[in-house]
Amino acid sequence: MAVLAYWEAIRRAHDEEMANDPLVIAMGEDIGVAGGTYKATSGLYDKYGAERVIDTPISENSYTGIGIGASMVGMRPIIEIMSINFALLALDTIVNAAAKIRYMSGGRVHCPLVIRTPGGTAHQLAAQHSARLARMFMSTSGLRVVTPRGPIDAYGMLKSAVRCNDPVVIIEHERMYNLKEDVPEGEFFRPLEGAEIVRKGEDITLIGYNFSVHLCLEAAQRLEKDGVSAEVLDLRALKPIDRETIRRSIEKTHRVVVAEEDEAPVGVGAEIITGIIEDCFFALDSQPVRIHAADVPVPYNAHLEKAAIPSADDVYQGALKVLGKI
Amino acid sequence: MTDADKKRLLREMLFYRRFEDRCFEAYMERKIGGFLHLYSGQEAVATGVLEMAKTGGGDKADYVITGYRDHIHAIKSGTPPREVMAELYGKETGSSRGRGGSMHIFDPTANFMGGYALVGQPFPLAAGLALGAKHKKSGQIAICFLGDGANNQGTFHETMNMASVWNLPVLFVCENNMYAIGTHIDRSTAVRDQYKRVCGYNIKASQHDGMDIEVVMKAAKDAVDYVRNEQKPYFIEFITYRFRGHSMSDAKGYRTKEEEAEWEKRDPINIFKARLIKAGIVTEADIKKMQDEIQHEIETDIIKFAEQSPEPSVAELTKYVLDDNPNPRWIGPLQNKY
Ligand SMILES: Cc1ncc(C[n+]2csc(CCOP(=O)(O)OP(=O)(O)O)c2C)c(N)n1
Ligand SMILES: [Mg+2]
Repeated sequence: MAVLAYWEAIRRAHDEEMANDPLVIAMGEDIGVAGGTYKATSGLYDKYGAERVIDTPISENSYTGIGIGASMVGMRPIIEIMSINFALLALDTIVNAAAKIRYMSGGRVHCPLVIRTPGGTAHQLAAQHSARLARMFMSTSGLRVVTPRGPIDAYGMLKSAVRCNDPVVIIEHERMYNLKEDVPEGEFFRPLEGAEIVRKGEDITLIGYNFSVHLCLEAAQRLEKDGVSAEVLDLRALKPIDRETIRRSIEKTHRVVVAEEDEAPVGVGAEIITGIIEDCFFALDSQPVRIHAADVPVPYNAHLEKAAIPSADDVYQGALKVLGKI
Repeated sequence: MTDADKKRLLREMLFYRRFEDRCFEAYMERKIGGFLHLYSGQEAVATGVLEMAKTGGGDKADYVITGYRDHIHAIKSGTPPREVMAELYGKETGSSRGRGGSMHIFDPTANFMGGYALVGQPFPLAAGLALGAKHKKSGQIAICFLGDGANNQGTFHETMNMASVWNLPVLFVCENNMYAIGTHIDRSTAVRDQYKRVCGYNIKASQHDGMDIEVVMKAAKDAVDYVRNEQKPYFIEFITYRFRGHSMSDAKGYRTKEEEAEWEKRDPINIFKARLIKAGIVTEADIKKMQDEIQHEIETDIIKFAEQSPEPSVAELTKYVLDDNPNPRWIGPLQNKY
């Protein structure tokens, strides 16, 4: 085991996959000579050269399109988009091209491409650097969307994504790049599907993904002090969603809170709770609750920002509500 | 070019014209649905350029990509015409298994990497095909056919810049027919000469008559050789004209009958035909015979194949959304710890 930060885990996955297959390339703004905004590709430019670690101009839609074109002829590009806010400029190529080419071609052309992008709120970056667009990508047919909560998944899912034949969007998080975890030394892969029970419990299920898993874990610790045993479920993949694992947990606990950092209207929680109602409505002992961001562009002011973004306390309060304790 | 080649190219263009006319008829019979963009009038461009490229598929043939007016580009790249027609009929035997339709012909076996409906979207995809070819040192180039209207998209500028900075072997072919649906180029675009627009990106460019296939071929040969040998992009513009409406429901109220008549005098098939007759390479009787053979082939082979092919099964509605046979190691299931 070695303690690795999230960014180091991503870097290790890049390094191993690039060493393993000469068709793997990395592309993005400032990822080469500068080593990447979050250091996730640091050192790789010196090791693999400018042809394989490609510094792009600020042209999100077209460098993503170039990655797509390259993937159609056998390359395995890993594209870093500096912030999910900027991925909006690349929506045409991601949604209209990458996600649809396999289907439109009757399965004859694949786009084995990986797009990595941080998609959360950091601290006081204001409205144009704080978008959370998980809900938008998870509603696009033809994409896989995964949300690693820590270094083990960040490493293992990137490795799987590189080898998978589908376009994969990996949503990372600004506040997790320095998060550390013990990562096994040998090579391993983490699947791109399947939710994971990260804390076992009996009385209530707290569902999160990406950063919100950590809010759920913190809330679960507080609940334990209240004598409540909370199960924490990490969705891991938002597309496709592992409804089976969710159902099994709720049939045991009969209560659920879904915590997302996205805004609520048409959010991740709306989708998860609809699935729960369809799959195990009669297993529920009380109404489900979703914890989500306020429906505002994220404000700059620190107090306002805090009020706009869900916290562990919000998840805790939501759980108390479901449990009928408030 | 031998006389036999000239004769073959004339026959090819006659075939393309009849193929598109037959699509029109099938559309009127409601055998074909959706949007249908026909290539009549512009045949010399795709025929001439691709004659100078390496076509036919495999790891040495060039990659071809274009917009929605794509039937002829696919066929000239090597896609069997019956698979294109079956695709327009929405059949399982179509080049995209009936999932794509007229605007989305794909045939990776011919290195025809697709027709795309989003105006301007193929620019970066083409540069990506070229990046792949360059990386693999395969000697292939990418050829991207798009209209004048596409040059007003951001992807045009973004891609020209990157193709130039990264020295990508891609040939951009601009088919300037002076209209984007119903908007004349002078009303939408600051310069009529499209080849001038890439000089800011340090890309070599030229402009030629797109109605004379021999002019097209000569210019295309130089451009293809340049891209392949120098491993750099080239932008080639052909002035041409679309004879039919933009798509099927187009009353063409935006252009005059006089203008259309002027351009019809420059019909690329008639120009080439007259030249070959004058040179004694073909006779009127030869041409009549070619047309009869084409008619026969289209009806008894191509249309028949499309008509008789099965529809895709509704049970396979979601097939092809994701990899149908993924490696479980990358995909799952996850072994839960608890
Ligand atoms: C992004 C986008 N915007 C608008 C359209 C609608 N549209 C389809 S074709 C077209 C005109 C394109 O003209 P040009 O590039 O000159 O090609 P031509 O049809 O003349 O071959 C337009 C506006 C579209 N398909 N995609
Ligand atoms: Mg045009």
